[in-house]
Amino acid sequence: MDFIIISLLIIGAIFILLSGIGLIRMPDLYTRMSATTKASTLGVGCVVLGTVLYFGEIGLISRGIIIILFITLTAPVAAHMIGRAAYIQKTLLWKGTKFDQLKDKYDDSTHELK
Amino acid sequence: MNYFLYNILLALTWMFLTGDLDFNNFLEGFLIGFAIVLILKASSGETKYFSRIPKLISFIIYFTYELILANLKIAMDILTPTHLMKPAIVAIPLDAKTDLEITLLANIITLTPGTLSLDLSKDRKTLYIHAMYVVSAEETIKEIKEGFEKKLLEVMR
Repeated sequence: MDFIIISLLIIGAIFILLSGIGLIRMPDLYTRMSATTKASTLGVGCVVLGTVLYFGEIGLISRGIIIILFITLTAPVAAHMIGRAAYIQKTLLWKGTKFDQLKDKYDDSTHELK
Repeated sequence: MNYFLYNILLALTWMFLTGDLDFNNFLEGFLIGFAIVLILKASSGETKYFSRIPKLISFIIYFTYELILANLKIAMDILTPTHLMKPAIVAIPLDAKTDLEITLLANIITLTPGTLSLDLSKDRKTLYIHAMYVVSAEETIKEIKEGFEKKLLEVMR
């Protein structure tokens, strides 16, 4: 059991570290968002799971599950909003981007999709 | 979702009756409760819930697997000095109809590393996503539609 808990905590910490490095390494906003929001979700999930298993009480387990549930529900919503806002602001895509099917689809004055 | 509530209530009753408030006991109670609800409802027509729970569990396992796989892929790209990625913004035609289905699909797409949902068209038929590993638009569309969307709709409908 201890082994599982320790590996969960270490894996979680590694994923959070990776998302931190990804924030610096990635070339544009969209890839940075991709690298950070998720790696931290998985990282936090692993750490919470490890903590919960360590204490093993029903109250903590239910709270842990709720924490994971709400992180997975709310983190992507923030990511959508930042991504959309950035696109409307015409944040540049990385030069290696292959194609962009969203180009010229926005109405500049209302910010609505045509 | 009423059956789910009954199921939880039965599990809680089981926990109080056995006087053991830990998670394993809750699981036991949930399984026994599931069997009871199954027997009670065997005669009546509504059986959706019972095929849903196994599907939900398999969906969660599938999602976790994809999540870890995609995280490792991104981790490789972060740690190696060259960028292997080929990002693009792809328009995905949707089969999901209701608010809940579209919201869940968009959330799942964002949660999987490498893809990020950006916006939904006004007629709610196209989802624009930013994907990091694109071979061709068709390939990405196929991946999303036959992977997450198909499995999600199986659980939801």
